Amino acid sequence: MALQTGEKSTKRMKNRIRKNKLFHTLFFGATALSLVILAMLFYRIISQGAGNLSWDFIKNFPAPYPDRAGIYAGLVGSLLLIAIVAVVSITIGVATAIYLEEYAKKNKLTSFIQSNIQNLAGVPSIVFGLLGLTFFVYILNFDFSLLSGGLTMSLLVLPIIVVAAQEAIRSVPNDLKEASYGMGATKWQTVLRVVIPAALPGMITGSILALSRAIGETAPLLVVGAATAIYALPDSIFGSYTAMPIQIYSWISKPGDEWPVVAATGIIILLIVLLIMNTIAALIRNKFQRRN
Amino acid sequence: MVNLTQLRENNSNIEVATKENVFEVSNLNLWYGEDQALYDINMNMGKNEITAIIGPSGCGKSTFIKTLNRMVELVPSVKTSGTIKYKDSNIFDPKFAVEDLRTQVGMVFQKPNPFPKSIYDNVAYGAKIHGIKKKKDLDIIVEKSLRDAAIWDEVKDRLKENAYSLSGGQQQRLCIARCLAIEPDVILMDEPTSALDPISTLKLEELVQNLKEKYSIVIVTHNMQQAARVSDKTAFFLNGEIVEFSNTDVLFSNPEDKRTEDYITGRFG
Repeated sequence: MALQTGEKSTKRMKNRIRKNKLFHTLFFGATALSLVILAMLFYRIISQGAGNLSWDFIKNFPAPYPDRAGIYAGLVGSLLLIAIVAVVSITIGVATAIYLEEYAKKNKLTSFIQSNIQNLAGVPSIVFGLLGLTFFVYILNFDFSLLSGGLTMSLLVLPIIVVAAQEAIRSVPNDLKEASYGMGATKWQTVLRVVIPAALPGMITGSILALSRAIGETAPLLVVGAATAIYALPDSIFGSYTAMPIQIYSWISKPGDEWPVVAATGIIILLIVLLIMNTIAALIRNKFQRRN
Repeated sequence: MVNLTQLRENNSNIEVATKENVFEVSNLNLWYGEDQALYDINMNMGKNEITAIIGPSGCGKSTFIKTLNRMVELVPSVKTSGTIKYKDSNIFDPKFAVEDLRTQVGMVFQKPNPFPKSIYDNVAYGAKIHGIKKKKDLDIIVEKSLRDAAIWDEVKDRLKENAYSLSGGQQQRLCIARCLAIEPDVILMDEPTSALDPISTLKLEELVQNLKEKYSIVIVTHNMQQAARVSDKTAFFLNGEIVEFSNTDVLFSNPEDKRTEDYITGRFG
């Protein structure tokens, strides 16, 4: 059969090329659509909130009047919250990942644990909020404190950090581990001196991205009792607190034309914090990639 | 020490000469899960000798050499039976710590696998994990190991550079230096030149020859000329069994088994 010549094959060729172009356009359209939506979102937020942006907005506590309201309590609260989450979830998460990847026998129990951690990463955040309410607020009696909020958020991001750290560990070339074991190194020496250094960039990047998810979460904090109007910073980890998303949420739900403007300004600050965290993650990744 | 050069010239004596064995393998069987990879392996490896293991891909030669320092057990489903005596102790004895075995039986791998660290830190790694901390001691070990691995002159001015800046052949000699730094008695080499160019290969073979004075060496190779060039004894593996094991010159000039002959003359494999 002639594949190269004849009217039929010319037609077939044209068809194939047309199809190729069609899919190219489709995929481009899908990408463009999400970019356009993102741009619209930014435009709306910035056009609405940028005018209100000032140093005062950052350092003022919330106030009953929109022109004096500021996000200071929310910003500091969010940062403190993230500090707790970072310490708790990265320590436990990385240790869990090391156990699962390096120590645990590859049997049914391990794969059961493994798939449940993955499932946990998909559980709605409100469920973690309810768990935190029961366990930290009532059973451990931490009350509606910064600590309860931080621990609840830690539970929420823990599975994400475990999965990210596991992937980072799995990407460490087997060669390197073999080299270490081949010299009579113990498992712990190999983990400490070969696996962790090689997996560190991946672990840090994954952790920061997980933390930036925590900083935007609202639902669990509503449940474990972050305050909406607060006029002082928490004096200890047992103090009451608020966080940026909570603050923004409370502004949006207030009546009047001016409060949405304040909320938009709050969103800008939240986005800036997120942007800073993601940039740090990207910088770390790039730095280590170049070194290897 | 037995003078091996003399023995080789006069190789009918080699079996008669009483010499120490580093490894005595008896009735070794090995399974990956349900699949048996090694069948009833019996062979001894002499002190300060180079034992080559040849055979086609998948014949179990890599599996075998990795069994000698129990690296094969990094694959979770591995089961073994039989014994491997290393200097009078069975390496499978639970009292014989695998870390201890691997300190005495070092390994060089198929692909050069330096750590993403400096040249110095690569060689110092082994010493450090065995508890040597003083900079002065480490300096001595690093220099000695690099000299013994015939790479000192090439790297002495760039010890702080990343090991990945070296060529493939240099990396492999660095890996040998790293292995020498833990002062093993035996060095296992699993196709150490398969990723190297011909010139680097020759350099490495020369190095292997020189190392024989101080170490006993087991080398797996794909390359029959290499086995003929460097080794004292050669074992031919096929489908997980030893077909023939004898002095290298005998095996290559006058093989007993038809299959060995077919393999070394290039009729299969």
